[in-house]
Amino acid sequence: MKEYDIVIIGGGPAGMAAAIGAREEGIEEILILERDSCLGGILNQCIHNGFGLHTFKEELTGPEYAERFIQKAEEMKIPYKLNTMVIDINKNKEIVAVNEEEGILEIKAKAIILAMGCRERPRGAINIPGSRCAGIYSAGSAQKFVNIDGYMPGKEVVILGSGDIGLIMARRMTLEGAEVKAVVELMPYSGGLKRNIVQCLDDFGIPLKLAHTITSIKGKGRVEGVTIAKVDENRKPIKGTEEYIECDTLLLSVGLLPENELSNKANVKLSQITGGPEVNESLQTNIEGIFACGNVLHVHDLVDYVTLESINAGKNAARYVKGESFNEKGIELKGLEGVRYTVPKYINPKNIDKAVEVRFRVGDVYKESYISVYFDETRELHLKKRILTPGEMETVKLTREMFDKYPECKEITVKVEGE
Amino acid sequence: MFDVVIVGAGVVGSGIARELSKYELKTCVLEKGTDVAVGTSKANSGIVHAGHDTKPNSLKSILNVKGNAMFDRLSKELDFPFKRNGSLVICFEESDIEKLEALKEKGDKNGVPGLEILSKEKLKELEPNINEKAVAALYAPTGGIVCPYEMTIAYAENANANGVEFILNCEVKNIIKAQNGFIVETSKGRYESKIVINAAGLFADNLNNMVSKNKIDLVARKGEYCLFDKLAGEATTRTIFQLPTDLGKGVLVTPTVDGNLLIGPNAVDIEDKSNLSTTQEGLDEILNKAKNTLKEVPMRQIITSFSGIRAHSPKDDFIIGEIEDVEGFINAAGIESPGLSSAPAIAEMVETIVVEKLNPAKNIKFNPIRYGIPKFREMDNEERKNIIKSNPSYGKIVCRCETVTEGEIIDAIRRPLGAKDLDGLKRRTRAGMGRCQSGFCSTKLVNILAKELNIPITEVTKFGGESNLLIGKNKEI
Repeated sequence: MKEYDIVIIGGGPAGMAAAIGAREEGIEEILILERDSCLGGILNQCIHNGFGLHTFKEELTGPEYAERFIQKAEEMKIPYKLNTMVIDINKNKEIVAVNEEEGILEIKAKAIILAMGCRERPRGAINIPGSRCAGIYSAGSAQKFVNIDGYMPGKEVVILGSGDIGLIMARRMTLEGAEVKAVVELMPYSGGLKRNIVQCLDDFGIPLKLAHTITSIKGKGRVEGVTIAKVDENRKPIKGTEEYIECDTLLLSVGLLPENELSNKANVKLSQITGGPEVNESLQTNIEGIFACGNVLHVHDLVDYVTLESINAGKNAARYVKGESFNEKGIELKGLEGVRYTVPKYINPKNIDKAVEVRFRVGDVYKESYISVYFDETRELHLKKRILTPGEMETVKLTREMFDKYPECKEITVKVEGE
Repeated sequence: MFDVVIVGAGVVGSGIARELSKYELKTCVLEKGTDVAVGTSKANSGIVHAGHDTKPNSLKSILNVKGNAMFDRLSKELDFPFKRNGSLVICFEESDIEKLEALKEKGDKNGVPGLEILSKEKLKELEPNINEKAVAALYAPTGGIVCPYEMTIAYAENANANGVEFILNCEVKNIIKAQNGFIVETSKGRYESKIVINAAGLFADNLNNMVSKNKIDLVARKGEYCLFDKLAGEATTRTIFQLPTDLGKGVLVTPTVDGNLLIGPNAVDIEDKSNLSTTQEGLDEILNKAKNTLKEVPMRQIITSFSGIRAHSPKDDFIIGEIEDVEGFINAAGIESPGLSSAPAIAEMVETIVVEKLNPAKNIKFNPIRYGIPKFREMDNEERKNIIKSNPSYGKIVCRCETVTEGEIIDAIRRPLGAKDLDGLKRRTRAGMGRCQSGFCSTKLVNILAKELNIPITEVTKFGGESNLLIGKNKEI
């Protein structure tokens, strides 16, 4: 069994940043295991721009953003294995991976960083009835066909779900000559970034049908059309509002799920809300020495935040390898009144240097409201927000000073409040 | 001139083909689909019924009990997944326990071994996730679960290896009785044969009616299902039926032999025999009914829904045998539940009829053993090391959810009667059948299919015909 200090599962933006973070802390024996044929993960198929505004103050494409980190990893001589799929891990941090050249690899790590990313929810998860013909794709698979293989899945398109990939694909398919007839969204608001709605739909005159869903798919061989309908406040279709749209393709952008089947095998505790591991301020999971970052932890909307979070995870894993412990249970954070969850879930003030960033999403659209943070009963932060939407991740910074101010604090709550 | 033409490559037609391949007979199977197992055999409950539900002395009851007992041997010979997990019929009213007892009595009469009435306590012990409302159960230890399409493919591959020809994309247009047999007119030309076996599933009535004055009429009865992630696969260990009541038949809740949880079916008679679409009402119905069986239906774990159509005969029994008015035309029609369970016995029954008529010599080269595609996910690490050493493409995972390797995909395409489309690959390897429902692997699978079949990527289909996945190059559409 080969031994490493830190093994990182996944060579996308999270995995690469984690490796760089760990190396910057002086860890030599690092290994990235990537299942695809190159580093960069899903960024490689995201050929649109808009990546890196925060990190580089530039608008990069996905592959360009990835390339900066691939180069850095190469410069730092961080070892990685491609076409290598991890098929098992356990809580003793033993890893089984497989590839063509080496067969079965058995590896023992002092620390593991989970960076496997997320996957798209399939049609079945929302149980759309109708035909099971060809022409129904997740937005991500369509993106791969178009951007990597150079082939179009269809030319008359309806998109269900207004998540960011769906919005991006609406524009992409239009630019390649397809007609996108509608983007249909179950919720009364979009699940994507505002800028994507403007740049991908509004700029191309693509209608966004909020509070609508697809009630049936018609087609024998290929999709021939879909029936959409308005939904009521319980998200059930309203009879009589049906509308048939002819199309040959249906793209689904109905949510992303952190991909944690491996984490389960190592008994990593997962949040019922995010589907990702419950972590503490150091991004350590409930299993000592197993860390998580990026979309496997919770789905981000900007890769820049993935990078920041993952560098942090890498540095913490390095500190763990060097003998620090992050096991002492910290203060529990709770998301209440509109705040669906927080990452991290626990904070041990001892491990906070200057500040810790707490990220979360809200469960509804809130206008002219406040994000409040309470240390036990005391409101410490009260931040005015013009608009809060589920599509945009929010961040609050909790500083060293705050924790020093409440040394006996048992619980921190984050809420959406009016005045 | 063939000795035997079998129409239909479902589990019945393929099973008959395999049993007939034991003899020196020139046999072929005509299938209108692009693959074997594309009708009723691909979408059903995958249950090997114990046999207590059927009317005593009916063909259904005799062949079910006999077929059930054959599965252990067959699944070993033909290397398809089968598990004797036992089944339960649960009831929700104390007053219904006597109906369970009547069911047991019927089962005893049918020759079902080991039937037992279980108390609520015993039931809860066996199935901890059972709904509190369940008051008792009939337990049938011989109930089982099988992968219906893998079983069909296994039958077909073994028949093919033993000399039976399979002609796909071949739709029968007409059958004419000739001097010494039949002329079968198809979309691929005429085939002459001494004997015709009608295993045409939903369309077996059409075929029968082409030659016989004794018309039959089959009703297409659709059943919808929801399939759950393997994470929910242990919700039950046994197959759980609900005792039929005045309010309806109930639905079954079962693990699949591949480890998922399956709920369904309802029963809706439909006009269009090719209408496999699901409906909101249907899915709601089965999920609501399943709530009576389980404490909690893991709704968040649904990964797909589908429907299958069974060929219901209004006479409520299988129609098997040489028809009275046309010598040499043998029906295996109206094969609805427990058709899958009975299929091995149906095959033997038809075998006997053919042997009596043609009196063929034994095929001394017949090999009953068929090896399936080696499954990476079921191997231990030593076996994995060895197979990758001899075939490195077994080290390349294509479908991450079901852990299917490129080696398996290529084997599935290259073997005789191999996969030609995405759904064919799915049925043979499970690639794309997992929780992401081919979101990640479809692009890879399409590329491998194009390369292996030596066709442009735009000609790769989901299930043949017009089901192309890609329509052209970027900017060229």
